[in-house]
Amino acid sequence: MSHSQPEPLLAVRGLRVHFPVRRGLLAKRQVGTVKAVDGIDFSLAAGETLGLVGESGSGKSTAGLAVLRLLDVTGGDVRFEGRDITALGRTEMRPLRRRMQMVYQDPFSSLNPRMKVADIVGEPLIVHGEAGSRGARRERVAELLDLVGLRPEMGRRYPHEFSGGQRQRIGIARALAVSPALVVCDEPVSALDVSIQAQVVNLFQDLQARLGLAYLFIAHDLAVVRHISDRIAVMYLGKIVELASREQLYRRPRHPYTRALLAAVPIPNPRLEAQRSHQALVGEIPSPLAPPPGCRFSTRCPMATDLCRTEEPPLRDLAVGHRAACHFAED
Amino acid sequence: MARTATKLLEVDGLAVRFHTDRGVVPAVDGVSFDVAEGETLAIVGESGSGKSVTAMSILRLIQRPAGEIAGGRVMFEGRDLLQLPERQMQEIRGDRIAMISQEPMSSLNPALTIGLQVGEPLNRHRGMPWPDALQVAGTMLRKVHIPGAASRVRAYPHEFSGGMRQRAMIAMALTCTPRLIIADEPTTALDVTVQAQILELLKQLTREAGSAMILITHDLGVVARYADRVCVMYAGRVVESGPALEIYEDPRHPYTMGLMASVPRLDDAGRQRLVPIEGQPPDLANMPPGCAFAPRCRFVTDRCRQERPALLSVGDQHMKACFADVAQPT
Ligand SMILES: Nc1ncnc2c1ncn2[C@@H]1O[C@H](COP(=O)(O)OP(=O)(O)OP(=O)(O)O)[C@@H](O)[C@H]1O
Ligand SMILES: Nc1ncnc2c1ncn2[C@@H]1O[C@H](COP(=O)(O)OP(=O)(O)OP(=O)(O)O)[C@@H](O)[C@H]1O
Ligand SMILES: [Mg+2]
Ligand SMILES: [Mg+2]
Repeated sequence: MSHSQPEPLLAVRGLRVHFPVRRGLLAKRQVGTVKAVDGIDFSLAAGETLGLVGESGSGKSTAGLAVLRLLDVTGGDVRFEGRDITALGRTEMRPLRRRMQMVYQDPFSSLNPRMKVADIVGEPLIVHGEAGSRGARRERVAELLDLVGLRPEMGRRYPHEFSGGQRQRIGIARALAVSPALVVCDEPVSALDVSIQAQVVNLFQDLQARLGLAYLFIAHDLAVVRHISDRIAVMYLGKIVELASREQLYRRPRHPYTRALLAAVPIPNPRLEAQRSHQALVGEIPSPLAPPPGCRFSTRCPMATDLCRTEEPPLRDLAVGHRAACHFAED
Repeated sequence: MARTATKLLEVDGLAVRFHTDRGVVPAVDGVSFDVAEGETLAIVGESGSGKSVTAMSILRLIQRPAGEIAGGRVMFEGRDLLQLPERQMQEIRGDRIAMISQEPMSSLNPALTIGLQVGEPLNRHRGMPWPDALQVAGTMLRKVHIPGAASRVRAYPHEFSGGMRQRAMIAMALTCTPRLIIADEPTTALDVTVQAQILELLKQLTREAGSAMILITHDLGVVARYADRVCVMYAGRVVESGPALEIYEDPRHPYTMGLMASVPRLDDAGRQRLVPIEGQPPDLANMPPGCAFAPRCRFVTDRCRQERPALLSVGDQHMKACFADVAQPT
């Protein structure tokens, strides 16, 4: 996290991604707009990990896909290695693709069922002209499979012969094949048992130390996020509501939604769990088709006042490197 | 905890294998467990250890001819499901027993609206007319906390986020108030506050309707909060089972102990290395003759490499498949 560096690896400003909602025959009639990502700013330095957590449906995957230009951007800009990539065409994006990879949230639909695993993992090498000889490619694929804890001979099998967690690791091996600079990881470890999860998390960290990778790490597991991230952004209904260093966020969360999240993490100890009161957040999650006026969290916030229901709090600096969007973040 | 309640499901000696060009893969190899009314049984274990295959076998959803249920019994409400004609099985699926699958995208039809899919079981099993079924679908989507549920019954799966798809599947599974819910990683795509709401909902359902739940998950925090009993699987077998509290406080199998030690903790200040279990799980098509965990085990002896330990009682309701007499070093 070097604030002195002139240009971070990735700089996102005012990013918006809106989806039209169409209904009716042939889906011709637009009946509304889902503002999946509605104006977010963040940056990511080379070698840094930014954790992205938040409500299900708050726009995390959409933000990740948009940053890699795998989705059309409605507004704002994305700069990668100092260059605005928001408006680049397919051919201009092509050489950049190698530098930015994605590990998908759904390991089931993101792997081609008709390809053998070795070919799935080796494909990016061919696409980006790094294949070399067949023998060299085979060796590289074996190395990658081993790296993610799969046996090299498993490369001869098809995706359906693997369990959920094994498929997730195939996706990770594929993303790492071309030595990218930025990897957007969408729930990369949620399908893994804790032991393999520990292996993969260690692997992510080793690769980062060795190759200087930057990660945008989207996850729901707040213990894993704490473990791996330098900084963490919390999203709620299309907006970032808090952004802070790991220490700041976990020691002193400033946004009531962040506090609710941290309080809801189950503790891996039945005795402690039985003694805990489980106070879930109350109230309906507002629809992204019609977000509430004022603060978007006000409909469920235990501290909400009239001010919150009318005026949207900006994301503001509370301490060095700590920002939150709450009128009462000091309390 | 005395287990006096009626057993709803008894799985006994279940064996499932896959025929592949590498040979026969015994994915599930003699698995036994039972679930009582009102109870939640968690199945945890190594990725690839046969949890999903076990779950799918209960509903006979293993794809033939590559996959085959090779033996065992699955007793549910007095009948062996493995012996039922397919037609009767269809009546049970989605009605008496509902499955929340690990693969939301492959269980949802991309070409049909969410509402049609959530309402379908009511129309099929209960003969409810479509307008009513759609109405209930909207209510169910609200119950699983889909924002703007009423307007989203007409959305398609690709318009939903990962967690919304997962909740749509849960809504689908709950429409007919099943006796047994098999939930395979039901909350992996959900943030912790929604996860808590969903699991409370499932728990409440099992309590009120006397239903039971098999909860397959890697999240040992979730297991600690919601499971009454735990089954630990490794390489196609149950290696330990018992009341949740005992599994956490007094794990007896070295694999379970390793699993507990790998959990990242929220109070961990970060950047210390996590502690995985060393080594790799075995190739199911080439299983070692003795205990499958032997090559990775700290307590391994010669006997472990030759003989396969049976699942034996080590206390009230607590069983393990291990020769060594290990207890957690405290
Ligand atoms: N192609 C699409 N068409 C219409 N709406 C969409 C589309 N993709 C996403 N959305 C909507 O955008 C919002 C954000 O979705 P996104 O997948 O980014 O959420 P997320 O934060 O990744 O959630 P989760 O944690 O559940 O994966 C949701 O309301 C979703 O329904
Ligand atoms: N169609 C198939 N053909 C061949 N092997 C298969 C097939 N389906 C599953 N297997 C194998 O059976 C084993 C058990 O798979 P299963 O999906 O039950 O694992 P799991 O315990 O659910 O793992 P995860 O936690 O990763 O979901 C795996 O080793 C897998 O490779
Ligand atoms: Mg997502
Ligand atoms: Mg599985």
